[in-house]
Amino acid sequence: MPTRNEVLDALSGVRDPELDEPVTDLGFVSELKIEGDAVGVRLRLPTYFCAPNFAYLMVADARDAVLSVPGVRRASVLLDDHYASEELNAHEAFEEAFPGETEGPDLEELRTTFRRKSFVSRQEKLCRALLAEGSSPRELAAMRLGEVPPSGAFATYLDRRAELGVDVSPGAPLVVDPDGRRVPEEAVVEHLRFAKTVRVSIEGNASLCRGLLETRYVGERGVGERPEREEATA
Amino acid sequence: MYEKDGEKYFVVDGHIHFWDASPENTTNKYGEGFIKCFYDYHKNLSPEEYVWPFEKYRKYSEEDMMHDLFEIGYVDIAILQPTYLTDFYNKGFNTTESDGRVKAKHPDKFILNSSFEPRRGEVGLQEFQAKHDKYGFKGVKLYTAEWHEDSKGWKLDDYWSLMHLDKCMELGVKNIHVHKGPTIWPLNRDAFDVADVDRVASMYPDLNFIVEHVGLPRLEDFCWIGTQEPNVYGGLAVAMPFIYAKPRYFGQIIGELLYWIGEDKLLFASDYALWQPKWLVEMFVDYAYPTDAEFDDYAEITPDIKRKILGLNAAALYDLEVPEELQLVTADQGTGPVASEPHQPA
Repeated sequence: MPTRNEVLDALSGVRDPELDEPVTDLGFVSELKIEGDAVGVRLRLPTYFCAPNFAYLMVADARDAVLSVPGVRRASVLLDDHYASEELNAHEAFEEAFPGETEGPDLEELRTTFRRKSFVSRQEKLCRALLAEGSSPRELAAMRLGEVPPSGAFATYLDRRAELGVDVSPGAPLVVDPDGRRVPEEAVVEHLRFAKTVRVSIEGNASLCRGLLETRYVGERGVGERPEREEATA
Repeated sequence: MYEKDGEKYFVVDGHIHFWDASPENTTNKYGEGFIKCFYDYHKNLSPEEYVWPFEKYRKYSEEDMMHDLFEIGYVDIAILQPTYLTDFYNKGFNTTESDGRVKAKHPDKFILNSSFEPRRGEVGLQEFQAKHDKYGFKGVKLYTAEWHEDSKGWKLDDYWSLMHLDKCMELGVKNIHVHKGPTIWPLNRDAFDVADVDRVASMYPDLNFIVEHVGLPRLEDFCWIGTQEPNVYGGLAVAMPFIYAKPRYFGQIIGELLYWIGEDKLLFASDYALWQPKWLVEMFVDYAYPTDAEFDDYAEITPDIKRKILGLNAAALYDLEVPEELQLVTADQGTGPVASEPHQPA
């Protein structure tokens, strides 16, 4: 029989595609029930009108994550308090939930757009830390992955980089665009400047969404919820 | 007008509502959900003493609004931005007609904007012309996520939207306020994407496109198009209240905007009754960046920059007369916004 920790661990791998944080940390999981080989999960979001495409991705990813846990045979993931709860809970495919309202069946393009944004943001975070530790922009431009000291920021950057199919071998350059093209030395500062804007945007959105969720569900902590991370001041 | 430490500020509130979300006017669960969602924004981001009871928030009086904006809120002129939502509210959330009644009573206090509905096609175009004949507005507010029958939204470069933008050109309606929301057609795309603003801004160089809530949650996309298009502006509705609840984030947003878009392109707004101008104006005039490294990229927000944002930029877009004593103090900066090159990264 699957344990609660196993299921929670699997759910913590599901990220809000837009906010780039685990749905558990964000407090989006309001209920987790395990009965034998059946798992029931309820999700909730910061607003009634959160974009339905992102809502769908989290529901679908949570279902896949739960089903990946050994011993789980049935998974029910339901979304509460959303304008499209009924539609999303009744259909497994996005285009079936919203007939006539989609163009093409899948959401992969949307997902990729936000993976690329999070790649840029994570790279900026890592580079900012390296600059604070004394590296120059010129050194960053020449740096290879094998030369980057290990850190949490480096690990999450590599995860996303691998997901996008960008080379993660030790000899690959550190500063690349989301297509894996090396950023030339003279463009590194400008590249990181815009990357900061992307990071500010994602972090700010996450912070706002946490606040709205807290206001919407006063005193009702989510399963596995973690308070907002300290802002990096390095 | 606001005065602090010997500095004076002309205040244009660039985005306000006089809405009716009373139970009597609410059509369905979507209208109920919409106002509750608005209320959470209000509650989450306002100082406690400015939080209203939900009943008042659903429908407030004209006296409340006049008091909050003009008696205590320092606002010289406020721009009424209609948000129809006629699929959610029987008589609409706030419309050109309902806003027009307030404007008629206080003609010197308000600028009345209107809207158009591209999905009504040719009929919509005629209705828009008739509204303009009656109200003679210079600006429109467009909500691309508005639901209309089976549609969950539209894009600015849709055919009938372009027909309406042509009409705006013809009528001299030059200020196009764009408000993005969570839905659009097709639903599998990012509804907040501002690429359509980029396209129409290039197609209509004589129209000004004011992107409301500075493109949030797509600040980065908005900053990018703002550097490309000289006629794209940022409305600070929704961004302003972070100054209290999330001052670091506010600093980052305003820092990024000043860096990419520049001080001549940003417009203060309270989004009343979501938030109230009194505390927003007071806190903005007092605002200084935190001192840690995250803010090293940003130049100081001087009183003249605050003057532009709080009122002078909007005054230029709407041809408002600003008293001499409320103009910019630093002589070499001119008397209003000038088209400036976006700050390029070093």
